[in-house]
Amino acid sequence: MADAYIYDTVRTPRGKGKKDGSLHEITALSLATQVLEALRDRNGLDTSKVDDVVLGCVAPVGEQGSDIARTAVLTADYAESVAGVQINRFCASGLEAVNMAAAKVASGEAQMAIGGGVESMSRVPMGSDGGAWPTDPSSAFKTYFAPQGVSADLIATLYGFSRDDVDAYAVESQKRAAASWADGRFKKSVVPVKDQLGLTILDHDETVRGSTTMQTLASLNASFTGMGEMAFDAVVTQRYPQVEKVNHVHHAGNSSGIVDGAAGVLIGSKEMGEALGLKPRARIKGAASIGSEPSIMLTGPSLVTEKLLKRLGMEVKDIDLYELNEAFAAVVLRMMQALDIPHDKMNVNGGAIAMGHPLGATGAMILGTVLDELERSNKETALITLCVGAGMGTATVIERV
Amino acid sequence: MENFKIEVDSDGVALVTFDVPGRSMNTLTASVIKEIGELVETIKSDAAIKGAVITSGKTTGFCAGADLGELGGAEGGPNGLGGGGDLKAAFDAGFALNKAFRALETCGKPVAAAINGLAMGGGLEMTLACHYRVVADNPKIQLALPEAKVGLLPGAGGTQRLPRLMGVMAAAPYLLEGKSMKPAEALGFKVVHEVVPAGTEVEAAKTWVKTKGDAVAPWDKKDFKLPGGGPYTPTGSQVFIMGNAMLRKQTYGNYPAQLNIMKAVYEGLQVPFDAAIRIETRYFLKTMMSPQAKGMIRTLFLSLQELGKGSGRPAGVPHYDVKKVAVLGAGMMGAGIAYVQAMAGIETVLIDQSQEAADKGKGYAESLVKKAVSRGKLTQEKGNAILALIHPTADYDQVKGSDLVIEAVFENRDVKAEVTKKAEAQLAETAIFGSNTSTLPITGLAKASIRPASFIGIHFFSPVDKMGLVEIIMGEQTGQEALAKSIDYVLKIKKTPIVVNDSRGFYTSRCFGTFVQEGMELLADGYAPAIIDNVGRATGMPRGPLEMHDDVALDLSYKIAQQTKKDLGDKYEERPFTTIIEKMVEGEGRYGRKNGKGFYDYPENGPKTLWPGLAQLAPVKIADVDQAGIQEIRTRLLYRQAVEAARCFEEGVIVDPREADVGAILGWGFAPWTGGPISLIDGLGAKVFVETCDRLAQQYGTRFAPPALLREMAEKGETFYGRFGVKEKAAA
Repeated sequence: MADAYIYDTVRTPRGKGKKDGSLHEITALSLATQVLEALRDRNGLDTSKVDDVVLGCVAPVGEQGSDIARTAVLTADYAESVAGVQINRFCASGLEAVNMAAAKVASGEAQMAIGGGVESMSRVPMGSDGGAWPTDPSSAFKTYFAPQGVSADLIATLYGFSRDDVDAYAVESQKRAAASWADGRFKKSVVPVKDQLGLTILDHDETVRGSTTMQTLASLNASFTGMGEMAFDAVVTQRYPQVEKVNHVHHAGNSSGIVDGAAGVLIGSKEMGEALGLKPRARIKGAASIGSEPSIMLTGPSLVTEKLLKRLGMEVKDIDLYELNEAFAAVVLRMMQALDIPHDKMNVNGGAIAMGHPLGATGAMILGTVLDELERSNKETALITLCVGAGMGTATVIERV
Repeated sequence: MENFKIEVDSDGVALVTFDVPGRSMNTLTASVIKEIGELVETIKSDAAIKGAVITSGKTTGFCAGADLGELGGAEGGPNGLGGGGDLKAAFDAGFALNKAFRALETCGKPVAAAINGLAMGGGLEMTLACHYRVVADNPKIQLALPEAKVGLLPGAGGTQRLPRLMGVMAAAPYLLEGKSMKPAEALGFKVVHEVVPAGTEVEAAKTWVKTKGDAVAPWDKKDFKLPGGGPYTPTGSQVFIMGNAMLRKQTYGNYPAQLNIMKAVYEGLQVPFDAAIRIETRYFLKTMMSPQAKGMIRTLFLSLQELGKGSGRPAGVPHYDVKKVAVLGAGMMGAGIAYVQAMAGIETVLIDQSQEAADKGKGYAESLVKKAVSRGKLTQEKGNAILALIHPTADYDQVKGSDLVIEAVFENRDVKAEVTKKAEAQLAETAIFGSNTSTLPITGLAKASIRPASFIGIHFFSPVDKMGLVEIIMGEQTGQEALAKSIDYVLKIKKTPIVVNDSRGFYTSRCFGTFVQEGMELLADGYAPAIIDNVGRATGMPRGPLEMHDDVALDLSYKIAQQTKKDLGDKYEERPFTTIIEKMVEGEGRYGRKNGKGFYDYPENGPKTLWPGLAQLAPVKIADVDQAGIQEIRTRLLYRQAVEAARCFEEGVIVDPREADVGAILGWGFAPWTGGPISLIDGLGAKVFVETCDRLAQQYGTRFAPPALLREMAEKGETFYGRFGVKEKAAA
C-alpha cells in the first residue's frame, strides 16, 4: 500500500447557521465550490491530476442533494475528468471523506484526491433528509432511539459530569478559540467566503464568544429536559437501568453550534505530489471507524481511538495532540476520562462549542486545525475523531513529515 | 343470506339490515364474513340498486366485532396459527375480511352506514369501509377499536382507515389503547359525517345516498392528503419519532400488538390502500401468532368473562340474592366494601366500635359519591339513594336480618374472634360469614365460629372501589353452599371472584410476596437499587420491587417475617436481605412510604428519590448491566412468581388456571402481557420453564426449584390449561 500525504487543508470560516447568519445568503454549492477553488489556486493545481473529490454532507437534500461533490467539481471549473461523490457518516462525514480519499490514494485507485465536506445548516436544516432510524418503529424501538442531546445528558449522568463540569469545559473552549483567533492560529487554513460579487462576506468564525463565563452560561436552561421527560428519559433508562434519573446538563452554550461552512483536504501519493511540485505536510498514518451502542450513541470516540491506536501499535501517550469534535461537552469529558488524556492535549485551540459544527464539513475542518497546530507548536502526531449518530466513531491519525 | 336482509326502495336505495340469527349481538362470524362477499356482489351487480345503507337489526348495537371466542379459543394458537403452519393459507384467511370490506368500498356505488348502536372492532371497521357514516345521537354509543387491549391488532382496515381519516396523532390512542369515542367526538374527528336524532339515522343515510352519494373513498382520490402528514413530512415525522418513544415508555417493549400497530400505520400510510391492507394483515397475523396475544385474549377477555359469570360456582345451590350485608369494621377496607355494596343496591350496616368511627367509614362513600356527582357520572338523586343504603352504627343488634357478614377488622385473631361471636349471635341459619383477611388462615379463624360450614374467606383488594378481584378462600370446613352464596354476592357487587383453598397468604398475597422478595434478593446480591426498580417496572409489573415494598411498608413485612420465623421455626430459611430490612426498620426507622422514609426518600414537593444511605446497608457490587443482565433480572422476577403459582397448583391452593391467571393480573398486577403466570409457563412450555428454573435454583437457591408437578408436566409435555382446564371447557 502506498502512503497517503496531506498537501493542503482549506476551510471556510463558520457562519451562524440561522437566517441572520452571514453565510445564509451563500449557497451550499458556492461554499463547496470556493473550497475547491482555493485548493486549486493555492497550490497551482492541475486539476486534471485529481481523480476524485469526496465530500461529506449530512442532509443531502434540496441544494445539497444529487451529489453535491460532483456538482461542485463542475462549478469550480475543475477538469471534467474529476469525479465527485457525496458521502454520509453523520457528524464524521468530513473526516470519513478524508479517510476515503486517503484510502483511494493508498490503494492506488487515485493519485490525487480531495476529501472534505459541506453543510449549510441555515439553508438545509438538520433532519431535512428524514431517515428511517428514529421514524420507523422497527428501528427506533429496537435501538432505544433518543435524540443526541438526551444521549449526551445520559453520558454526563453515567460518567458523573455535573452542570458545572460541562459549563467549565465550554468556557475553556470559548477562551481557547478566542485566543487562537486573536493569535492568528487559524490563518493558514481559513479562506474567507466571497459573495456573488466576489467581495468578502465572512472572514472569521461567527459564533466565538470569548467573554463567556460560568455566570453567563448559568442563565441558560438545559435544552433536553422537556423532551426527556416526555418520553426519551424513559427510553434510555430502559436501556441503562442503572440510571435513576437523567441529569439534563446540556444547553446551547455547552453544545456545538449550528453553523454553515465547508472544508477540503488535498491528499495524494508521494509521486504525484513530487510531479506537481507540492510539498507534503503530513502523512495519514491510519484511520478507523467503529459502531457502538446506539442509544447512548456518542461514546464512539474513545472506542475507535483504542481500536486505531492498537492497530498502529501506538499508545494514548504517543499522540501529541487530540482533536475531538465538541458535539457536546460531556462527549469530550468522557473521552478524556476514558483514555486519561490531559486537557492540554485536547482541542487546544477550542472547538465546535465556540466555533460551530457544520455537520458534513467538521471532520475535515478539525483535521486542518490540528495539522496547523502541529506545525505551529512543532509537534509530530495528532489524532482526530468525532462521535457519530446511531452509535459510531471515526478517527484518523496523522503525523508530520 | 342469513345475516343480511336487503330491501330496495323506490329510489333504488338498498337498505341492508345486519342481523345475525340466534345471537343477541351482531358479531363477525365466519358466516358473516362469507356473506359480506355475496352482499357486495349483489349491490354491485343488481342494476336496480343505486346505492346502499347498512344498518343493524339489533337493538343491542350495530356490531361488536370479531368473535374472540372463535378467534382465540383454538389450541396451538389463535385460529391454529401457532404451529408454524401454512403461512400463505393463514394470510389468505386473515385477509378475507379486509378483502371483503375493500370490495364494499370499491363496489362502485355509494354505501352509507347508519350506526344505530355500538360499533366495536370489526364492526366499526365495517362502517369505516362505507363511504358515509351517520350515527344516532346517543352519548352511550361507543365507537372503538379495542383490539389492542387484549393484545390484538385491528385487522380489517382499522389501522389504515382511521389515521387516514383523523391523522396519525389523533388516531394513536384509539388504535394503541383501544380508547372509545362517542358520536360527538367521532364527528369532531371527522370519523363520522353526521350525528342525527336516534331513529332517523337510516333516513339521513338514505338521503345522502340519493342526493350526494359519492362512491369513492377519500384515499382513493387523486387529491387525497393525509391529515397531519405522513412519516416523512416535517410534522408527521415528529409524530412518529415521539410516538415510538412514548410507546416504548409505556409498553417497555412487552406488547407486540402495540408495536405492530405502529409498524402497520407507518408502513401502510406510505403506500396505496390495497397494499396498505396487505401490510396490515401481515402484522395482524404476526400479532395473532404471538404468545402474548394468546395469553391476553384468553385471560383478559375469555376467562375474565367466564369468571364474571360465576364459572367457579358449585351447581345445585339456588341463586342467593344478597339484599342486606353487615360490614364489621369501618376502616379503609370496610368503608370501601360498604361503598361498592351500596353501589350495587345492597343495604349495608357498617359497624365499628363507636358511632363516630362508623360515620367516618361512611364518609368515604360520601366523598366518592360527591366526586361522581360533580363529574356528572351520577345524579344527586341517585347519589343520595346510594348513601341512604349505608347505615353506620356501633350496635351489633343491627346485624340482624343480614344475608351476609363481611368482617374487616384488624388482622388480629382475638379481635376477629370477638366480632365473629358478636355478629353470629344475630345471624339467621342461612346467612354466611365472610372474613376479609389477607394473611390469616381461614381454618384457624373459623374456630371462633359456631357454624364453620358457613364461614368463608372473602378477600378484597385495596382500594376496594377500584380493584376488580375478590379472592374467596375455602376453610377446611367451609361448605359448598357458602361458596355458591359468596360467589353470588361477589358477582352482585360486580367483582370477579376466584376460589382458593386455605394456605398461608392464600394465592395472591403469597405469589405477590415473591416478587418483592426477589427484589430483596437482588438487592442483597449487590445490584444497584435503580437497576432493580427500573428492570422491575420493565417486566410489566406496576411498580418495581423496592418501591412496592415501600408502599406495602417495611415494618409490616419485617413483623410478618418475624412472625413467620416464629411459626416455622427450623424450617424458616434466613435470607441475607433480612438483615438489610432489619437494619432499615430497627436501626434507621425507615418504615416505607408511610413515614416518608424507605428505600426511597419522599420529599413533600417533588418526586421520590432513592435513599443514598442504602449503599451502606447494601453495598453496590453490580453497578451496570448489559441486555443479557437485564434479561436475567426479568427472568428472576417473573419466574419466581410463576414457580410459586405452580406450587399453589401442586398444593391444591388453586385449581383452575383461569382463576390463577385472572387473579394474578387483577389481584397483584402481574405483567398483563403474559396473560398471567400460568399462561407464561404454558407459553414457554413446561420443559423450557423447568430447565430454566433448575438453572436458576442452582445459581440462586432452592426458591426457584420447580415442584414435582411441573417436572411431571414437562415429561408428559402437558400444559396447565390442558391438564387442569380442558375438562371444564368441554363441559361448558
